[in-house]
Amino acid sequence: MKQRFNIIESTCVPLPMENVDTDQIIPARFLKATTRDERYFGENLFRDWRFSPEGTPRDNFVFNRPEFSVEPSEGIHQILVAGKNFGSGSSREHAAWALAGYGFKVVISSSFADIHKNNELNNFVLPVAVPEDFLQELFDSIAADSGTRVRVDVPAQTVTNLATGSKVCFELSAYKKYCFVNALDDIDYLLENKDRIQEYESRTKKILKI
Amino acid sequence: MNTLFDKIWDSHIVSRIEGGPQQLYIDRLYCHEVTSPQAFEGLRSRGIKCFRPEKIFCMPDHNVPTRDQDKPVRDPVSARQLDTLEANAREFGLEYFGMTDRRNGIIHVVGPERGLSLPGMTIVCGDSHTSTHGAVGAIAFGIGTSEVEMVMASQCILQQKPKSMRIRVEGKLGKGVSAKDVALYIMKEISTSGATGYFVEYAGSAVRDMSMEGRLTLCNLSIEMGARGGFIAPDETTFAYLKGREYSPSGEAWDKAVEYWKTLRSDDDAVFDKEIVFDASEIAPMITYGTNPGMGTEVCGRIPYMEEVPPQDRDSFAKSLSYMDFHPGDAMEGKKVDYVFLGACTNGRIEDFRAFASISAGRHKAESVTAWLVPGSREVVRQIHAEGLDRILEEAGFEIRQPGCSACLAMNEDKVPAGKYCVSTSNRNFEGRQGPGARTLLASPLTAAAAAVTGKVTDPRTLM
Repeated sequence: MKQRFNIIESTCVPLPMENVDTDQIIPARFLKATTRDERYFGENLFRDWRFSPEGTPRDNFVFNRPEFSVEPSEGIHQILVAGKNFGSGSSREHAAWALAGYGFKVVISSSFADIHKNNELNNFVLPVAVPEDFLQELFDSIAADSGTRVRVDVPAQTVTNLATGSKVCFELSAYKKYCFVNALDDIDYLLENKDRIQEYESRTKKILKI
Repeated sequence: MNTLFDKIWDSHIVSRIEGGPQQLYIDRLYCHEVTSPQAFEGLRSRGIKCFRPEKIFCMPDHNVPTRDQDKPVRDPVSARQLDTLEANAREFGLEYFGMTDRRNGIIHVVGPERGLSLPGMTIVCGDSHTSTHGAVGAIAFGIGTSEVEMVMASQCILQQKPKSMRIRVEGKLGKGVSAKDVALYIMKEISTSGATGYFVEYAGSAVRDMSMEGRLTLCNLSIEMGARGGFIAPDETTFAYLKGREYSPSGEAWDKAVEYWKTLRSDDDAVFDKEIVFDASEIAPMITYGTNPGMGTEVCGRIPYMEEVPPQDRDSFAKSLSYMDFHPGDAMEGKKVDYVFLGACTNGRIEDFRAFASISAGRHKAESVTAWLVPGSREVVRQIHAEGLDRILEEAGFEIRQPGCSACLAMNEDKVPAGKYCVSTSNRNFEGRQGPGARTLLASPLTAAAAAVTGKVTDPRTLM
């Protein structure tokens, strides 16, 4: 959902696992929906890790532990912190819809799979890539105190572990930052430059012949 | 000193956004039923049409049953998604290859097979395995649904240009070693994030020697290395494959196209951001034991011991083995197999069925094994019959199903039950991928056939 980003300060939900693939974020059987109902996808986020086949919550999964089970709201659990190569595998945007639908506004990891990163950006979930040692320290802070808060400053492109004061910069193109701060998406941009597209088409037809 | 990737990518740039992505023109958009409905809905809510409908092709593949395709689809939710694609294609005036159309099949099998995917093109689809089409010498990559909507609305997409990597495989592949084994070997070496941020050009004599089918398999698995896509410069193999196909240029246009396609190669002094070389002779038939495609070993090999795994990966390794109910150090050969799946955009082409039949001929499916042989398209079905492979496979106790994605991601009825082991020619062994609780071992069609006739993991070279 298009929304303006400025500074987000929140507690986190830790998922210290690597290579979390989009089949885990939202299993294929939930992809049969024909609408973009983020609430539906959010309810089924990490479905098979959160629930048994009978639908009972699995106590050992972090989302079900009492200190993290409260659903995200302003300042609470709006940040997911995950191991490296987050969002690998399938291109399903449903994974980004599920994260947004659950209430996450930011995902922090040491690396993201390319397609999933774009899907997050296109759904106003901010992927924040941080160095491995910053990530490890953040996991340690959350393990020591589940109320650890993190501050993500979008205009300044910095992320701060408020428990330790550690602060790093993260990458975000000037264009995407403008989109996040002003709640604009790529389609808005593309629809405004049809002339250039037509000019490109007439220019290249002569070369490619196909 | 340009790479082929630079040449194709740069020739498709419509504009550059200051401090941001590039606006890339797209030559082909493919749509299937799962990742397109919300994009069409987006167009409707904005009140716009497809900008270049003639460049968009739709076909259902993910949800389709692999039996009784002429009858109504039993699962009402799947049926609604399939119907939605057909209705959307009609409403927006797009070419549609319906489930019973002779041109239907898995998009990544059909695109090259129909001559829709051609050298020098930019090709996208809401599907990560779009990388497959790179085998014809195109820049092809998977995108999300919002991006599908962008392409529908403007025939363009905004993308940061990935870095460029070349993977060379030099030498000759040994007996029983296929493109699938090459890909599983590369993933074992560089991991599933080894190529994240890159577009990969495959080169080297072992790649040049591959058939078009083999190249499609290799490029298909690029995404499993983390790469956005992978491609192979077009050559005589490519031209011979594409000539005479339904949408390939013909007559004078063909000659002109080939003349242009021959220029599509990386310059001799091209500089890649990263380059890796593998020795083909070191690659053996491969199989996976874990829950990501990088967790592979030789079929005749064993699972690593805990001490052999880097300390930071040990938790994930232990979790994977626990899901698979395997143990560190286990030999792969002899492990019990309950299901075998031949098919998917990875290995659902005619050459894959020939390979499977070569092992099955004169043998019989093991009693304990349930086998799903699912061709990648109706054209592949036609070829199977034309070559008489159906008789060989049926005599060996196998049934040939109708085309679709099937048990690769189990969106239809073809689900592997919880706890069961499936040797699968598909592309992902993630937890629950082939059905909740299912355990997947990725391998080549030869290794899948060897498992199907013996009921256990078997080195196919012992049956050749």
